[in-house]
Amino acid sequence: MSAAAPPPVVDLRHASFGHQGRPVVSDVDLTIAPGQVVAVLGPNGSGKTTLVTGLLGLSDHLGGTVEVLGTPLARLKDRTRIGYVPQRHTLSGGVRATVQEIVATGLLATRPWWRPTGPPDREAVRRALETVGLGDRARFDVDTLSGGQQRRVLIARALVAQPEVLVMDEPTAGVDEASQVVLAGVLRRLATSGTTMLVVTHELGALRGTVDRVVTVDAGHLGFDGTPQEYAAHQAERARAAGREGA
Amino acid sequence: MSDMLALDFMRNALLAALVVGLAAPMVGIFLVQRRLSLVGDGLGHVALAGVAIGVVTDSSPVWTALVAATLAGVVIELIRARGRTSGDVALALMFYGGLAAGVVIINKVQGAQTANLTGYLFGSITTTTRADVVVFAALSAVIVVVTVVLRQRLFAVAGDEEFARASGLPVLALNIVLAVLTAVTVVVAMRVIGLLLISALMIIPNAAAQQLSASFRSATWWAVGIGVVSSVGGVATSYYADTASGGTIVLLAIALFAVAVLGGVLRKAVATARHRRAERHPHEHGLECGHEAVEHGDHVDYLHDGHRHAAHEGHYDEHAPPEYDAAGTRPGRGRGDRAGRHTLEDREEVTR
Ligand SMILES: Nc1ncnc2c1ncn2[C@@H]1O[C@H](COP(=O)(O)OP(=O)(O)OP(=O)(O)O)[C@@H](O)[C@H]1O
Ligand SMILES: [Mg+2]
Ligand SMILES: [Zn+2]
Ligand SMILES: [Zn+2]
Ligand SMILES: [Zn+2]
Ligand SMILES: [Zn+2]
Repeated sequence: MSAAAPPPVVDLRHASFGHQGRPVVSDVDLTIAPGQVVAVLGPNGSGKTTLVTGLLGLSDHLGGTVEVLGTPLARLKDRTRIGYVPQRHTLSGGVRATVQEIVATGLLATRPWWRPTGPPDREAVRRALETVGLGDRARFDVDTLSGGQQRRVLIARALVAQPEVLVMDEPTAGVDEASQVVLAGVLRRLATSGTTMLVVTHELGALRGTVDRVVTVDAGHLGFDGTPQEYAAHQAERARAAGREGA
Repeated sequence: MSDMLALDFMRNALLAALVVGLAAPMVGIFLVQRRLSLVGDGLGHVALAGVAIGVVTDSSPVWTALVAATLAGVVIELIRARGRTSGDVALALMFYGGLAAGVVIINKVQGAQTANLTGYLFGSITTTTRADVVVFAALSAVIVVVTVVLRQRLFAVAGDEEFARASGLPVLALNIVLAVLTAVTVVVAMRVIGLLLISALMIIPNAAAQQLSASFRSATWWAVGIGVVSSVGGVATSYYADTASGGTIVLLAIALFAVAVLGGVLRKAVATARHRRAERHPHEHGLECGHEAVEHGDHVDYLHDGHRHAAHEGHYDEHAPPEYDAAGTRPGRGRGDRAGRHTLEDREEVTR
């Protein structure tokens, strides 16, 4: 244990989050170290989205302490240090927009309102699109892209400001297997480069080898917390128990 | 042309039309983006109550309308921000309330004043005075400057409010700025096209522009162009055809919309006809995919089983002329004469 250990990226103590004052997830203790890739699993409606959006200030923080990047959430000024890939997305609303126009919105909060886009911004957009393998589609209308490509546009938008932690809500949902492979490759590359990630998913298989910790949410509480191997063992154990009960 | 320009009131009218045609579509694109196309109409109704108050109290209707519409726009945003369930109903209450209040207030006043109100409902551009034009031009200048400076931020918030909030943009403040811009646009446009038709000039040029462009940037330019042509063209037409200016402007905008739809369809048909899409392509080309990349104009083609594949929209296009395939040219063999004869004309990139 070195004294100069970096502070955890996410540190939740007895935290609860909800909507309109009503808690959805409560009493969550969760500490994520820099570089960790954490998968959040759980049934529909269990509160996964409420939990991760709580880290972004999008759902109400109703109790406990929430520290992100070593700062209490309410006092974290520069929100672009956390990248966010939403679950339900509207890419551009009711108008047409190109891939690079969407990705560039991820940079807006990094500069004052009166400063126009500069060459470093354009370079950052190009790099983010390169990272997700969409470098050659920057100028096309996002609506013409496939579902998997649109997911990667959202990841590029989250990456463009070079966040220290990336929160992704079901990036692989509704995406065919070929695109899932491409997406998994993108996440693997990010993980190798040391980006801390919190990924909500129903398809752990697609992220095999990238995830180094699994956390489950069930009915508003954290359940399992361990390595993917431990999770597989835990699942097998539960299946056996269910089998005995059924017999 | 010169006979029209010789008339003082026509010069004023054309100037007013120009500034309105410029400003209205610039604000309107964000309303289209938020799928709130009818908010302009709603604020028009509220502005009517403001005009009525101005007429009754003998103060300038332009300023009372501006205050009423701005307040209504801001209140709607604040209600929307508090929770989405009641926002829609609040919107409806305010709009009908505005219209009803306008009618009640104006009915208290007799005769000539009511005729005056018609000028605001349907527009009466020829009674625009030089002083009006100066006020409209100043307000339009404010609209144009604010939308140009905040363009990307308004785009981000209107496109994905949740992400904008997560990234730290002041979402509520930007929404309020858009509400105020909409209110000011309504008031600037009310003399020119009338409160009842006001949002036509904010929405229709944008609907037309969407048919012709694939990016937000080019859609903005198209919309401004179509807006200026319809408003200035509509006023000029109404002078020669002796028609109501507001209605003429809107009809002209709709005609341009029809042309744009036709243009869009034709363009797409031509694109589909000239365009060869690579069959079944689950593979993604990239830096590490192993296929040779060949520069081709402003993009790269990947040599893939004897074909040249270039990214286009969500798929890959064939960029190799068919006769090369028939001639059996060996694939992936460098850039020799193949590349030499693969000219820019083969590029069949088309935006929808
Ligand atoms: N904006 C909201 N306002 C009120 N309640 C909400 C809101 N969003 C979610 N909820 C409620 O919170 C609970 C948990 O929802 P949440 O979206 O966090 O679940 P989830 O685990 O992400 O589900 P899924 O797998 O379907 O995405 C649900 O009962 C839902 O009705
Ligand atoms: Mg969810
Ligand atoms: Zn390839
Ligand atoms: Zn080519
Ligand atoms: Zn190919
Ligand atoms: Zn194509």
